[in-house]
Amino acid sequence: MIAALCVLAQAMPLDPGRHNILRPAAPQGSHIEWLYWVIFWIVFAVYVLMILGFTRAGAKSKSDAIYPLPVFEDKEGDERAKWAVGTAVALTVVTLFVVLVLSVVTGKKAAGLTSKNPVTIQVIGHQWWWEVVYPNPQADQTVTTANEIHVPVNTPVVILTNSSDVIHSFWVPSVTGKRDLLPGYSSAFWIKIEQPGIYRGQCAEFCGLQHAHMGFSVIAQSVEDFQAWQQQQLKPAAEPSNDETGRGRAVFLTHACLMCHTIRGTDAGSHFGPDLTHLASRNMIAAETLPNTRGALAGWILDPQRIKPGAEMAPNSLSPDDLQALLAYLQTLQ
Amino acid sequence: MATTEPVIANEKDAHDTELASRLARTWYQPRGVWGWLSNTHHTAVGKRFMVTSFIFLLLGGVLAALMRLQLIKPENSLLGPDLYNQIFTMHGSTMIFLFAVPMMFQGFGVYVVPLMCGARNIAFPRLNLFSYYLYVGGALVLWGGLLTNTGPDVGWFAYVPLSGPQYNPGHRADIWSQMITFTEVSALGVAVCLATTILRYRAPGMTLNRMPILLWEKLTISFMVIFAMPAVMVASGLLLLDRLVGTHFFNPAEGGDVLLYQHLFWFFGHPEVYIIFLPGAAIISTLVSCFSRRRIFGHTPIVVSVVATGFIGFGVWVHHMFATGLPQLSESFFTAASLMIVIPTGVQFFCWLATIWHGRVQMRLPMLWAFGFFFVFLIGGLSGVMLASVPVDTQVHDTYFIVAHFHYVLIGGALFPMFAGLYFWFPKMTGRMPDETLGKWHFWLFFIGFNLTFFTMHFLGLHGMTRRVYTYLPDMHWQGLNRLATTGVAFMTAGLLVFIANVLRSRRLGARAGDNPWGDSGLEWGTSSPPPSYNFLYPPTVNGRDALWDATPDQAVVVGLRDDIREVLVTHSLDSNPQHKDEDPGPSIWPFLASLAVSATFVGSIFTPWAVPYGAPLVIITLIGWLWPRGHSPAPLPQRTSWSH
Repeated sequence: MIAALCVLAQAMPLDPGRHNILRPAAPQGSHIEWLYWVIFWIVFAVYVLMILGFTRAGAKSKSDAIYPLPVFEDKEGDERAKWAVGTAVALTVVTLFVVLVLSVVTGKKAAGLTSKNPVTIQVIGHQWWWEVVYPNPQADQTVTTANEIHVPVNTPVVILTNSSDVIHSFWVPSVTGKRDLLPGYSSAFWIKIEQPGIYRGQCAEFCGLQHAHMGFSVIAQSVEDFQAWQQQQLKPAAEPSNDETGRGRAVFLTHACLMCHTIRGTDAGSHFGPDLTHLASRNMIAAETLPNTRGALAGWILDPQRIKPGAEMAPNSLSPDDLQALLAYLQTLQ
Repeated sequence: MATTEPVIANEKDAHDTELASRLARTWYQPRGVWGWLSNTHHTAVGKRFMVTSFIFLLLGGVLAALMRLQLIKPENSLLGPDLYNQIFTMHGSTMIFLFAVPMMFQGFGVYVVPLMCGARNIAFPRLNLFSYYLYVGGALVLWGGLLTNTGPDVGWFAYVPLSGPQYNPGHRADIWSQMITFTEVSALGVAVCLATTILRYRAPGMTLNRMPILLWEKLTISFMVIFAMPAVMVASGLLLLDRLVGTHFFNPAEGGDVLLYQHLFWFFGHPEVYIIFLPGAAIISTLVSCFSRRRIFGHTPIVVSVVATGFIGFGVWVHHMFATGLPQLSESFFTAASLMIVIPTGVQFFCWLATIWHGRVQMRLPMLWAFGFFFVFLIGGLSGVMLASVPVDTQVHDTYFIVAHFHYVLIGGALFPMFAGLYFWFPKMTGRMPDETLGKWHFWLFFIGFNLTFFTMHFLGLHGMTRRVYTYLPDMHWQGLNRLATTGVAFMTAGLLVFIANVLRSRRLGARAGDNPWGDSGLEWGTSSPPPSYNFLYPPTVNGRDALWDATPDQAVVVGLRDDIREVLVTHSLDSNPQHKDEDPGPSIWPFLASLAVSATFVGSIFTPWAVPYGAPLVIITLIGWLWPRGHSPAPLPQRTSWSH
């Protein structure tokens, strides 16, 4: 038993990261974590009691030398067992009732967050990336981005979900429970993050070939930082400042890129793939699969199918100069 | 008196020998390939179900090992996403539809139930044989798909719209839904046979009140199959219509509903868990009593629990859908229902514990596996209590925590009892005892490997690892736990190999078993091992709940059944009084031909809807052959005098 625990401890990650059910950073997650531990200790106690019972009963086992022993009648044992089993069943019912009440109360706590003036974020699942929209009644005040969800800390945020194709599921383990994104249904739930930081999320409903690489992150930042980010995102794309970036934009607009992507302020306006207007402001690309570096971006543009086989983006053949220009341009899209 | 006794005994022996040879002639089991295909005897078909489904357990295990190898390190390139998705879909579908149900429900049920009822054969033996071939047909279709790179890749649940025509062109999802049709028709057929056998073929004296727990469970499961399977056949049938003839039941763009599919699927899917677990619990109840050398404590509460599980099992399906964002009232309702089903399972555990506690336990091999079941299944059952709570479930749903949970439930609730049951009935099936030493090696290797692999997965889930991912990024720091989980597979594989060696060795070289080596009370131990083709020379009668333990030295037997035709006794479903005699239809090739016709229709309909009108006449022709009235049996022989034992 001790050896088993040592082996297990040795295999545990040293740094569990910010994608952990037991390390919540939001009140919803904390409520659930609390409930998790309460039920855990209840069932742990039950397990220990039952196993002690079976072990003791088994330890009394008779020798197999004479097998089978005659069957015996045991009225007295039956009489005692009646009381023991009756009591155990009654305790089970009471315990289950406690679990039910705790569960319903915690469920209400975790869901019950209201605010008259929340930040509203629309999350739309795509195979295999996340479209993130900060809707605003004025169309030009609407922010559209992908895979990285910025939220202000200590502010109630309402997440509206939808899917453009198959069922996905929105899950940030350190924030709260998951919610399925069902095509044909839209639903809403609240989150509120208390500690600034980057929390990793992941699609939790099997959605096809690249389900494994459908990550996203929630970036919680101070209200000021959030507003600054939002203002930056509202701007159209940066104009090319030199020849190389100018050529890069031309490459973008004359190759397959513009078939799927939007860069606001240019002719590229398709909504099939992620909006790239502020690509360079993101930490990661390809739905949190690769770091947003020049090298990774180059590898992704040339052969996305090697990194995410089955992804909707086709390989591109670009001359080295075109590629370098395109990368230079994309890296200016702050 | 003293002088005449030996004479009567001799006369009786001679009569018995003569009767046995006549019965053997009447109840012959045909030989050769043709004979093999047309043999309708339940022991043959039951063993076939067991062997076939065990092969699929091994194949499903190979797939599991491949998945574990793929996940041993981050960004592993052993399997690509396309192959991985086929493999995990095939693993789930194989284990549920081709192993767990055919082994636990059909295999054990078809072999043990008629013997335990004291019957000469199962009711509707041709339907039973037909069901076996349909099951094989479905299995071949599914695995043929994988081998031709058209293995389904949409999960064993095949959620729409991912499995719909828009997102899954080709025939992969069609193969999955048609395999469902095959195996579900097969399970339905066997459910009808078993329910009828239990209700009408019980030995006189085995009233409902005296029926062994195992028969109660098989009866409950048969009704669960009859009510649950149609839901999944509707789901997979509508999916097939969407895919083949362009209906829009599940297409949200045309007003279809993706949640409807989930409701239909889980209305079957959750009872399915109990269809797999209850046979295991039935085996445990049988063994606990036998190896504690006393009657089971709480026969009535256990029976009530089993039947209650059958009912409540239909009211909890929504807990598979807690993450879809249901209204809180319905969430609370299904939480309450899911917690409620703990009570009957708890009652069974308490009764087993009480039986062992007050018994004289003899830790023979089957009992060792029963103890393995207690240690393992309890973990799965108790983590299930955590999952019944909606808030906790929304966190761990679709993570490796769930993978750990349901492997504890299904391997704990089906595989451990299965090995217990296989070792237990091995002497009855082969006439030889299994080897205890090899059996213990098998147990410890499997037990350690199982816990290494699946206990670890709880932590992976809590650390945020989702299910059905073909790989993961290095900075998630999951590799240590994944490596540990993969290590366990080696132990489990070794354990399974020891089991196979044990079976192959013991069936030839094991110690001779005798009629009742474990000293159990079931009627199946009241005949020779292996049983003759007519099961019982004289069909038995029953005095109490533990048939053989309650039998008097001069226990009456059934006489008056003809021995020149396959006559069986039909009794009343409640008090099991003899009502009339029926004729067992005997071996026939038609069930096999009918299954070929049905299989051709099912497989053809994957490619064209015209397969249905073309295939229907073939099916009808084979059914006419199947049901063709036999020429009347030869004139009855004069009834012989019989002696009561």
